Amino acid sequence: MAWVNAIIQGVLTGGLYALFACGLSLLFGVMKVVNLAHGDLAVVAGYVAIGVITVTHIPVLWSFVIVVPVMAVVGYALQRTLIQSALNRSVLTTLLVTFGLSIVIENGLLQFFTANSRGIGSGLALVRDSFKLGSKIQIGYLPVVIFVTAVVVLLGLQYFLSRSKYGRLIRASADDQEAVQLSGVDYRHVFGIAAALAFATVALAGIAYGMGSQLDPTMGSDVILLFAFAAVVIGGLGSLWGTLLGGIVLGVAQQIGAQINISDEVLAGYIVFLAVLVLRPQGLTTRRAQS
Amino acid sequence: MSLVAEAGTQSVAEFRVTRSRRNVAWTGAGALIVVAVLAFFPYLVYAGTTTIMVQAFIVLTLASMWNLLAGYAGLVSVGQQAFVGLGAYFVLILALHGVSPFAALPVAAVCCGVAALPLWWLVSRLRSGYFAIATWVLAATVMLIIEKFSSIGGGTGLPLPGLSGLSPTLLTAYTYWIGLAVTVLALLAVYLLLRGRLGLVLTAIRDDEVAARSSGARVGMARLLVFVVAAIGCGAGGAVLAISQLQVQPSAVFSISWTAEMAFATIIGGLGTIEGPIIGTAVFMLLQQTLASFNAWYLIVFGLVAIAVALFARRGLWGLVDTHLNVRLFPVGYYLHSPGGAHRGPSGTEITSAAPLA
Repeated sequence: MAWVNAIIQGVLTGGLYALFACGLSLLFGVMKVVNLAHGDLAVVAGYVAIGVITVTHIPVLWSFVIVVPVMAVVGYALQRTLIQSALNRSVLTTLLVTFGLSIVIENGLLQFFTANSRGIGSGLALVRDSFKLGSKIQIGYLPVVIFVTAVVVLLGLQYFLSRSKYGRLIRASADDQEAVQLSGVDYRHVFGIAAALAFATVALAGIAYGMGSQLDPTMGSDVILLFAFAAVVIGGLGSLWGTLLGGIVLGVAQQIGAQINISDEVLAGYIVFLAVLVLRPQGLTTRRAQS
Repeated sequence: MSLVAEAGTQSVAEFRVTRSRRNVAWTGAGALIVVAVLAFFPYLVYAGTTTIMVQAFIVLTLASMWNLLAGYAGLVSVGQQAFVGLGAYFVLILALHGVSPFAALPVAAVCCGVAALPLWWLVSRLRSGYFAIATWVLAATVMLIIEKFSSIGGGTGLPLPGLSGLSPTLLTAYTYWIGLAVTVLALLAVYLLLRGRLGLVLTAIRDDEVAARSSGARVGMARLLVFVVAAIGCGAGGAVLAISQLQVQPSAVFSISWTAEMAFATIIGGLGTIEGPIIGTAVFMLLQQTLASFNAWYLIVFGLVAIAVALFARRGLWGLVDTHLNVRLFPVGYYLHSPGGAHRGPSGTEITSAAPLA
């Protein structure tokens, strides 16, 4: 029964990982660069939410309504300034700049908020309560809500990219920036929109993570970026549903690892990631290898 | 391209190709004097100063290796802390078995080179951003595996045994000399590698990978060699770290700060020049010593400066020096002298060199 429990918990955690990963995957798909500060932005969103809640005393869930749009605007602004000017130079410069940003954000958070970990809305019934499945399995409401949110966000993203006007522009810009520019659309604006979406999803994931467990300044890269990346690679590049599958595989692997030995949770996830990298580098869902 | 065209119209024999416009012997002699003076430091300055210098040696060694990876082979590794940590742990393991940490250092460095082979096999398929994060995951994985062995301290680490017999003064001096030796060897190794065939292959890859492949350059082999050499160098740096700290702690030796420091130092000094890491390390030490009392601020300022340099002065501080004065302390390129003895202008002089990143 403990194993069934581990698998259920793993699947639910996988939804959160997919939520972290979809922004990373989207930006890579559109701009062909990896934002190494991706995870730290989630932590920033979490800390901003904590700040907003502490200062204004609004209900915890309302912080999503404020922080997620704010992070989307930050994403657009950052894309149009720092990241775009790095992109104009080279892929290498973009990597260096986002890595620099990651280190600056982490140490900035350490400096201003100390290394202590913080949770969000720990008193909330949603966070605290759980329901029982049978006699042994206990499932929290929060992981279920987060999983459902992740699926809804992925569905929405899929729909947005395939049907909406901006979705078409994003896909077109990913294929050929110059052709898009010639058709009278500023591809940089389109990149900005994509970045806004990515930042919004990662902000959502960051606050959700802060509710489920604790946030600390260094987890942006140690945990979030690496897990998100592992989910993307396990699932296969360029597929949102692959990302969900990747997140679930990673979550289940971690929970099974924790079941064997509580300290092996993270290691088990990475071993599955490395195994996929060696045995199926194109990921579980993609047919052909992408180079 | 214009060089080739011109060479076609004139007789090739009239051209002369040299390594440098200035006499290499002078820079060589200068480097020897600097090293000799540095070697006398323990007799001249306080122990506090040599301790700071050891830190600078570690950062310079690491930065030179990162420069080789990112600046020459195009491999942006964010997981070099894996080798810093492994180097420190190999020294610890050997010291626990009764080997002197100083004797263990070269063995530890070579072990890191060997460990690099399976790790390279895992990440060699990946490029740019994916390579970067995958190396990061590898470093995290290596740390988690090391933490599983309680005989070497598990998650908390162990003090380094085997050095308690030395007097503090002697220990500081020995640590300083071993740090200096590692740095000089690292710089020498990078210089000789880039002067040789590997340097040519790497320059060819940087300019055009497809053309380099089709000309018979063994691209994969060159990258593997760079990855292994960088692992050995970072391992040696980690070994010096273990000796200077007298303690090996997993979260400290496997810290991402190491990669941040080596990357920022390289970027600020000048990516793709051997001189760059030296300048960058000087900037880093300056910042760290000034901001030492403000905790993490030195890394924040260092990161911001690195971002600014990456965006606005892509060849770094050394690039600025090079553009204006046209000097090379470590000439790895070639200069073309046209007939009549007139040198070509700074921009046209170099055929293959550590010129701006492509």
